[in-house]
Amino acid sequence: MENQPDHGLRSYLIGLILAVVLTAIPFWVVATHALPPQRALLLIGIAALLQVLVHLKFFLHLNFTSTPKENLLAIVFTAVLIFIMVGGSFWIMFDLHTRMAV
Amino acid sequence: MSSAALHATPSGHDGAAATHEQRALGFWLYLMGDAVIFALLFATYVIMVNNTAGGPAGKDLFDLRNAALETVLLLVSSTTFGFASLSARTGNRGAVVFWLLVTFALGAGFVFLEIREFAGMIAAGAGPDRSGFLSAFFTLVGTHGVHVSMGLVWILIMCGQVMTKGLSVPVVSRLFRLGLFWHFLDIAWVGIFSIVYLPGLL
Repeated sequence: MENQPDHGLRSYLIGLILAVVLTAIPFWVVATHALPPQRALLLIGIAALLQVLVHLKFFLHLNFTSTPKENLLAIVFTAVLIFIMVGGSFWIMFDLHTRMAV
Repeated sequence: MSSAALHATPSGHDGAAATHEQRALGFWLYLMGDAVIFALLFATYVIMVNNTAGGPAGKDLFDLRNAALETVLLLVSSTTFGFASLSARTGNRGAVVFWLLVTFALGAGFVFLEIREFAGMIAAGAGPDRSGFLSAFFTLVGTHGVHVSMGLVWILIMCGQVMTKGLSVPVVSRLFRLGLFWHFLDIAWVGIFSIVYLPGLL
């Protein structure tokens, strides 16, 4: 691991700063009600997605060169599973909700 | 877990490193399974969030300041764990134990805030039995809290191992996996404040 310089102190500090910024923005929007709810939700979602990527890169050191291929394959497979199961649950439950409400 | 397993690795160029990689992959697969569990608990929460059965909603129960403080504690603890990992790489035993204890203190602070929040809600009649929304809330956030608590136990165990066994190959390999676990829990928390607390307080 010694030959991977981007795993060093700098990586953790950059990760911390980016994570703090990406946390402060959505909390600030909710605290001040600076945006209408729909836009605030969108902003919260985008900030969360970016922050997850920041954590994966700067804290878990995931990348396309030094991370074993099996690990990347596992995370892609998990993403597909989550997409099917969570997407399917929403599809069924919200459809049911609409039909029951009518 | 035993050093015997280290010697039992196939005759590679570096047996210890190969085992470390295999165990990291095994633990990574466990984390991916955990990610599926959390994703489905998130889905359950989103589906149940409006089923308050006439009881209190997130707006009445959540405290933005408390959620922000919990977020800060967990985020800083993720960084201090990174410092422990860096100290392990340079072979500085004292620094590893120091940063692990700092991480433990921050994590314990997080668990304390969460238990206080839960106790306050239950005392106000907003326990998990009040509505579908609250059942989903306590299951999701509680599952994360139990994970963090287990992580705290693991941190103490690793403190003990670093002090008694030193930074041997198996100990560093375990520290690495504990790091994966701890950083993963911070990612799960990003999901919790973005899906539970912030939308609830909009």
